[in-house]
Amino acid sequence: MSTDNPTASVEDGDPEFDAADMQALRERVEELEESIAEIDEGDDEKKMTIIATQGSFDMAYPPLILGSTAAAFGWDVVVFHTFWGLDILHEEKSKNLKLSAVGNPNMPMPNALAALPGMDRMATKMMEKKIDENGTATIEELIDLSLDSGVDLQACQMTIELMDYDEDDFYDGVTTGVGAATAIQHMAESDIQLLV
Amino acid sequence: MSSEYDTTETLDVKGQSCPMPIVKTKQAIDDLEAGDVLEVVATDSGSMSDIQGWADGTDGVELLDQVEDGDRYTHYVKKTE
Repeated sequence: MSTDNPTASVEDGDPEFDAADMQALRERVEELEESIAEIDEGDDEKKMTIIATQGSFDMAYPPLILGSTAAAFGWDVVVFHTFWGLDILHEEKSKNLKLSAVGNPNMPMPNALAALPGMDRMATKMMEKKIDENGTATIEELIDLSLDSGVDLQACQMTIELMDYDEDDFYDGVTTGVGAATAIQHMAESDIQLLV
Repeated sequence: MSSEYDTTETLDVKGQSCPMPIVKTKQAIDDLEAGDVLEVVATDSGSMSDIQGWADGTDGVELLDQVEDGDRYTHYVKKTE
């Protein structure tokens, strides 16, 4: 029969081994505390990624408003513009974005009438007038503001080539030469990701 | 109106709507020194909630007070660091 007693063996343990063990533990705890402090610092800045795919007058507003507001919070913001969303960054086209009168149930006219020539133009003019009266910023103002506040407005390279645009067609400060992988990378690090 | 606070600067965003009051407040605060107080005068009723949300979520600023007077909304924001 064994007379070994586990409790006794711990009490009889070498005190020097325990001290070394404690020292190693202390060092490990310090290491962990340092790495947690680093993580806390790194997490301080919030990130947001918006994918802007629409180029109608009304759909240009949400990404620009949310982007510039998040930048005012000190966030790191990327708005990745692809397909029709690219027109928002196109210096000429951004000034001629249209509101669609057709298929919009909130328009005060039936679809059959809205489909007539010139109706989109009229609906856009009406909206522009309301925006001016309300003190809402223009699309151009919001783009300038976004770029000034450090929002990274990105133009999808594949779409630039697809639409036969030139890199010089875009506002100064717009990032070109980026693709889906760049967008995915920023999305993975972001606290908020939106598709507009 | 602003006698209660020692206002360093006044930002007039009357007639402007979202997101202008927030974005311009942020820009004005960036140009100030720690301890300075910015007075923001707006007519956008949404600025009451927006300025509060922005100040809560932003480091280095403190919302001292918000005064509603008819259709005029005045905000006092202190730069703390």
